[in-house]
Amino acid sequence: MLRSKQKAAAEAIAANVGAVAVDGRSPWRDARERFFRNKAAVLSLVILTLITLACVFGPMLLPHSYEDTDWDAMSMAPTLLNSHYFGTDELGRDLLVRCLIGGRISLMVGLMATIASVTIGIVWGATAGFLGGKVDTLMMRIVDMMYAVPYLLIAILMVTLLGREFYLVVLTITVFSWMDMARVVRGQTLSIKSKEYIEAARAIGVSTGSIIFRHVVPNLLGIVVIYTTVTVPGVILTESVLSFLGLGVQEPMTSWGVLIEDGTGVMETTPWILLFPAAMLSITLYCANYIGDGMRDALDPKDR
Amino acid sequence: MWSYAFRRVLMTIPTLLLVITVCYLMLHATPGGPFDTERKISAAVLANLQAKYHLDLPLWQQYLYYLKSLLQGDLGASFRYADWSVNDLVANALPVSLAIGGGSLLLSVFIGVGLGIIAALRQNSIIDYLVMLVGNLGSAFPSFIIGPVLIMVFAIWLKVSPAGGWNDFQISYMLLPMALLTFINVSTIGRVMRGSLIEVLNSNFIRTAKAKGLPMHTIVFRHSLKPALMPVVSVLGPLAISSITSAVVTESVFSLPGLGKLIINGASNRDYTLVLGLVVLVTVVAVVLNLLVDLAYALLDPKIRY
Repeated sequence: MLRSKQKAAAEAIAANVGAVAVDGRSPWRDARERFFRNKAAVLSLVILTLITLACVFGPMLLPHSYEDTDWDAMSMAPTLLNSHYFGTDELGRDLLVRCLIGGRISLMVGLMATIASVTIGIVWGATAGFLGGKVDTLMMRIVDMMYAVPYLLIAILMVTLLGREFYLVVLTITVFSWMDMARVVRGQTLSIKSKEYIEAARAIGVSTGSIIFRHVVPNLLGIVVIYTTVTVPGVILTESVLSFLGLGVQEPMTSWGVLIEDGTGVMETTPWILLFPAAMLSITLYCANYIGDGMRDALDPKDR
Repeated sequence: MWSYAFRRVLMTIPTLLLVITVCYLMLHATPGGPFDTERKISAAVLANLQAKYHLDLPLWQQYLYYLKSLLQGDLGASFRYADWSVNDLVANALPVSLAIGGGSLLLSVFIGVGLGIIAALRQNSIIDYLVMLVGNLGSAFPSFIIGPVLIMVFAIWLKVSPAGGWNDFQISYMLLPMALLTFINVSTIGRVMRGSLIEVLNSNFIRTAKAKGLPMHTIVFRHSLKPALMPVVSVLGPLAISSITSAVVTESVFSLPGLGKLIINGASNRDYTLVLGLVVLVTVVAVVLNLLVDLAYALLDPKIRY
C-alpha cells in the first residue's frame, strides 16, 4: 500500500520532471524564437534565401547562356516576349542570366572569404586572448597595424601582382577581413579564461591546445555567429568594389560589381543594364545587414 | 602625455616598415623586369642600365636603396610612362584628391555633427528619421551605386551638372563627387553623433544641470557637446581610411584625375612601380592621420591619462 503510494508519487515526479524537460529552454532556442519574432530579419532571410536559390538554380532553368550573344536582341529593354526578362546588354547577352551568374560569384566569394576570415579571426583571437602576456601584445599589435593600412590599395596591389583568379580574389579579401573577429574573440576569451571551469580543466592537466579548442571556442559561439553575419555583407561589398574597379574576376565570367561597372558606361541610353545588378546587390546587402541586426538582438545577452 | 605621444609615434614605424617591406617583396616576386621590352637591348646596355638602377645588387641592398630614396621623398620611376617619375604623376593628381577628399571630410564633419545634434534633441522627429535613413542607405548602397544614380538624376535627367570629368577646379565639376563623399561620411558621423549625444543627455550630470534650471542651449553646447564629440573623434581615424577607399571609387565613377584614378590606371596597365609608390604614399598618409586622431583623442579626453 505504502509502496504503491510511493511508486505513484515517484511516477508523478518523474512525469513532472519529464514535463519540465519538455518545457526546458536552451539559450539557442531562446535566441531562435527571438530571431523569428523580428519580422524585418525573417523577411530579409527569406529574400536572401530566394536570391541564393535563384543564383544557384536559375541559370540551369533559363533558356539563355551567360556568354552567348542573341544577335536579334542587342541592348534590348526588359520584355516578356522572348524570355529576356531583364533585357540584354550591349553584346546581346541575357541580363537576367548574367545577374544570376554574377550573383553566384559574388555570393561564393562572400561565403568563402567569410569562412576563411572567420576561421583565422577565431584562431588568432582565441590564441592571443588565452595565452596573454607578450604573445597577446604582439598579436594584437599586428591587428592594429592591419587596421591602420588602407586595405583597398593593398588589395589593388595584390590583385595587380598576383593575378585575378577567383581564389586569389578570395585570398586578397580574406587578408583584410579577419581583424574584427580576432578582436571580438580575444575580448570574449579574456573573460572566459578566468571562469572556474577553465581553472578546473587546467587543474586536471588538460593541454593548452585542447582547453582553447574544446572549452573556450565553443563558448565563443554566440559572438562568433553575430560577427559572422556582420562580416558577410562587408566581404561581398569588398568583392564588388574590386570588380567594379576592374580588378575582380575576368570576362566573360562576371560578378555584380562587374555588371554594375558595365551598366554605368551605358546608363544614359540603356539604364536597366545598371539598375538590375545594382538592385540585386543592394537588396542582398540590405538583407544581410538586417539579418546581422536580428542575430545581434537575438544572441546578445545584454538585451535579455 | 608626452611619453604616450612618443610611444605612439614610435609605434607607427614598424607598421610603415612592414607595409613597405611586404609590398616591395611582392613586387619583387612578380616575373618580368623594367627592361624586358620587345626591342632587344644589347647585353652591355642592359648591364649599364641595371647598374644605374642598382638592379645588379643583391635583394637586400636594392631594398636599402629603395628605403633610402623613400626617405628622401623619391617614389621612383614609372614603369609605363617613360618620362614621368611617380613623384610627377602624384604632384599632378594629389591636389585633385585633396580638394575633393579633404573638402568633403570637413563638410561632412560639420553636417554630420549638426544633423546628429538635431536628431538627438528631437528623437523620432522627421530629421531624426532622415538621419537614420541616410545612415541605413549609406550602409546598404555602396558608393559605386549611389554615384551613378547621382549622375543619372543630376546630369542626365535634370542636366544641372556635368556627368564627370575635371576642369581645373571648376566648382560645377566638384559638386557631385563631393556630394557623394559627404553623403557617405555623414551617414557614419551623423549616426555616431546622435547615439553618443543621446547617451550623454541621459547621464547624471545633465540631469543635475536640468535640475539647476539651465537653459537647454547651455546644457547642449556647454555641457554635452564636448563629451559627446569624443566618439566622433575616435571614428575619424577609421573614417579617413575608408574615405580613401571611397575616394578611389568616386574618382573612378566621375573620372577625376586624382590619386585613385592613377592607381586604378596603374593597376590595369600593370605599372608596378607606380602602384607600389602610391600604396606607400597613401599608407604613410593614412598612418599619420590615424596617429593625429589618436593624439587628439588623448589630448581631448580628460578621462584618459597616460
